[in-house]
Amino acid sequence: MSEPMTAGADGGIAAIAEAPLQGMITLRGDLSDDTIRAAVKSATGQKVPERGMINTADGVGVCWMSPDELLILCAHGDVPDKLHQLQESLSRVHALAVNVSDARAGFILSGPHARDVLAKLCPVDLAPDRFAFGQLRRTRLAQVPAAFWMLGEDRFHLICFRSQKQYVSDVLTVSAQPGSAVNVWSKTISGT
Amino acid sequence: MLILTCPVCGVTAEETEFHGGGEAHLTRHGPGSSDDDFEDYLFMRENPRGVHFERWRHVYGCGKWFHAARCTTTLEVFGTYPAQTTEPPKDLRAKISKKRPGWTWKDLA
Repeated sequence: MSEPMTAGADGGIAAIAEAPLQGMITLRGDLSDDTIRAAVKSATGQKVPERGMINTADGVGVCWMSPDELLILCAHGDVPDKLHQLQESLSRVHALAVNVSDARAGFILSGPHARDVLAKLCPVDLAPDRFAFGQLRRTRLAQVPAAFWMLGEDRFHLICFRSQKQYVSDVLTVSAQPGSAVNVWSKTISGT
Repeated sequence: MLILTCPVCGVTAEETEFHGGGEAHLTRHGPGSSDDDFEDYLFMRENPRGVHFERWRHVYGCGKWFHAARCTTTLEVFGTYPAQTTEPPKDLRAKISKKRPGWTWKDLA
């Protein structure tokens, strides 16, 4: 699943790899509700993130998707257990938790030009002080919806709908093709 | 190009991340209303030169609806505000009055 599609070694300006299978649970409800916040905490170990943020540690994360929606990330095999746990603890509140692991595909972008590769495709201010580790951004990637967050310096995790995986892979490959460095956000990192 | 700030998720982006939803603050007339009211509701829209109020949806982001006040000639965005209201907030109207003295829009001024 996780074979590199454009390696930096091919001359592409960033490495694009398909992310391994990722467990995802969508949780909808009133995010200020104490029961929901406690259920998220006990299922993931993470607090409900602030607006536009992602809380993640040890492969388990919680993404703020909208004022009434969270996306919980965990290992693919842990989804049934976590889902059961969430549904148990949310049985008395108005909330919905669903396994959506197969709804979305993921990509890992890495390299000093990764920011530029994304900035070419998304209407997002990707200046390092405007988009940093801990933020999650849902946006438009070329012609389709996508969301991304940072895994570390120069590493981005991007998710898109699985039906659009081939398209996203193609536009990312074009955006990272050899010789296409624009050096907007990577100027200080690379002399190329 | 419009630069809009979604009041729901706080994201500022250009208009291609959003989708316009037409004129704001329509009064809906349905079954039982007079033919004139229904016709007005269905077909009659503002087409102002200057201050305009619109509905927008953050379609590629949080997916929520909100309102925006903008100028149709300069594309200046005066501000955005939540969808859960029937009229623009007072402070936004005051801000517009400062920039466009004497503006009117339907029965607002």
